[in-house]
Amino acid sequence: MIKVENLTKRYGGFTAVNGISFEVGKGEIVGFLGPNGAGKSTTMRMLSCYLPPTSGRAEIAGFDVFKQSLKARERIGYMPENVPLYSDMRVTEYLRYRAALKGVRGRRMKERIGDVMDLCGLRDVERKLVGNLSKGYRQRVGLADAMVHEPDLLILDEPTIGLDPNQIRQVRELIKNLGRHHTILISTHILPEVELTCSRVLILNRGRIEASDAPENLRARLHATGDVRLEAKVADLEKAKDALAEIAGVRSVTATEEGEWAVFAVGTEIDADPREAIHALAVKQNWPVRELSRNRVTLEDVFTEITHPEE
Amino acid sequence: MRKFFTLWKREVAMVFRSPAAYVILFFFLLLTGFNFYQTVNLINQSGMPRLSVLEVYFNTPYFWFGFVLPFPLITMRLFAEEYKLGTIEALMTAPVRDTQVLLAKYLGALFFYVVLWAPTGLYFLIFWWQTGLSAGSSPGVFIGSYAMLLLLGMFYLAIGCLASALTRNQIVAAIISFVAISLLFFWGLYSLWFPNVSRLLREFTEYFSPIAHMASFSQGLLDTRPVVLYLSLTALTLFFTFQVFQYRRWKV
Ligand SMILES: Nc1ncnc2c1ncn2[C@@H]1O[C@H](COP(=O)(O)OP(=O)(O)OP(=O)(O)O)[C@@H](O)[C@H]1O
Ligand SMILES: [Mg+2]
Repeated sequence: MIKVENLTKRYGGFTAVNGISFEVGKGEIVGFLGPNGAGKSTTMRMLSCYLPPTSGRAEIAGFDVFKQSLKARERIGYMPENVPLYSDMRVTEYLRYRAALKGVRGRRMKERIGDVMDLCGLRDVERKLVGNLSKGYRQRVGLADAMVHEPDLLILDEPTIGLDPNQIRQVRELIKNLGRHHTILISTHILPEVELTCSRVLILNRGRIEASDAPENLRARLHATGDVRLEAKVADLEKAKDALAEIAGVRSVTATEEGEWAVFAVGTEIDADPREAIHALAVKQNWPVRELSRNRVTLEDVFTEITHPEE
Repeated sequence: MRKFFTLWKREVAMVFRSPAAYVILFFFLLLTGFNFYQTVNLINQSGMPRLSVLEVYFNTPYFWFGFVLPFPLITMRLFAEEYKLGTIEALMTAPVRDTQVLLAKYLGALFFYVVLWAPTGLYFLIFWWQTGLSAGSSPGVFIGSYAMLLLLGMFYLAIGCLASALTRNQIVAAIISFVAISLLFFWGLYSLWFPNVSRLLREFTEYFSPIAHMASFSQGLLDTRPVVLYLSLTALTLFFTFQVFQYRRWKV
């Protein structure tokens, strides 16, 4: 559905997107992640035919975004970052206008507008002026606009920013459902959302793609060097540390005391899981244990690891 | 074509929904009404109705003052506002052609211009109804005056369109178009102010002078040269606007 080759965008001397290449297949839901200024919006603007690439090419459903932009645009539903809307129009009026621009007419227009208003929860505000809507409702109008012509591809730039938790959940469900028939490229900073909805994650940093994989696989990659946490009552802290360090697969041990409990952070080697051995040791030494767990690596850890904010 | 019509309707709706449109209409009516009153006065005082009402009406300083003022106000928001609000991004990612957007905006402005001037026709009707005298000596002077009004309007609206495409600031757009239109307009007065200029320069300035064109057209002296001149200047200015519009969209 999307095919990007060596796509580059320069603003004056500044390179915002630096020769990225990727493909998105039909029916995929792809999360587009990256720190502020990574070039996510710039890439999405090029894909939605708003900005021409400085070099490289991009295809949507087989149509070049630059040379066959009109055909490509007919197949895209794009929701820009700050959801620019005409504030003097009413909600239904705006959606009707947008649907007409996208070639939806007659009976189908009526149906589609009814559908997207139900899907996005816009029924209560249909007579309101767009300019008087709250941020979350503006966001919903933008989403409804993107979907109104049933595009093959949805490009959503931070669609859930500014929504309340209930609405975020609804949008998440909506996106999951849409994913059955549509291809979706969605940028966001809410990482748990990505884990729940996306089949693949693209991580962009300073205009380059740093990772492209399923969220599980990305996590597994970091998982390799995870931590095991042990909380137990031990007689002698130093001896216990040494004993833990001798277990196969353990790389490092640090200990802190919380009252009468000792808390051990056990660093493990790649692909090693010493939890069983630690349990055996604790049983042998007769340590009362209140926790033995492995830290779950979150997408956030992956994100931090890949984009190195400290540099 | 349907998309163009959708875009055009949107432009017209946007104009007539803003209070500014009615403020402009109101003051414009005042000004043109006052001009009509002055015209009739002038003819009465001179006691020599050699000139028709229409002819005087379209050539007074009041007329020109009212004529020049609305252009920056009508055109300043066309593109500048869309840039500023970012709505241009939603607009241009819909499957519409750049030319459709440009023409819809331009013709939307032209529609408002026509609405602005339409009531002046009523003045002449009322005059005829009240006095039983025709305001113009022949149908030709009506056609000529309003044709020149339309031609000049088309060109100056295109200039305003260009100014608005240049910037995201409406005030700056208004200033650019006001200055440009004033310069073009006063260019025609050059030979009046400096009567000693060479014949060549005088003919040259008169060739471009809206005042001279209006003077002859309102006497019913229709000439194809100004028609061709203004039509081609309009087309040229719109072509520039199109280039600027694309360039800005792609550069910014
Ligand atoms: N019109 C522009 N002119 C110059 N530089 C720009 C322009 N638009 C974006 N940039 C720069 O390009 C870089 C990428 O911007 P972009 O908006 O794509 O980031 P982003 O990944 O969407 O960030 P965010 O998460 O904050 O939305 C930024 O450094 C930004 O300053
Ligand atoms: Mg962004």
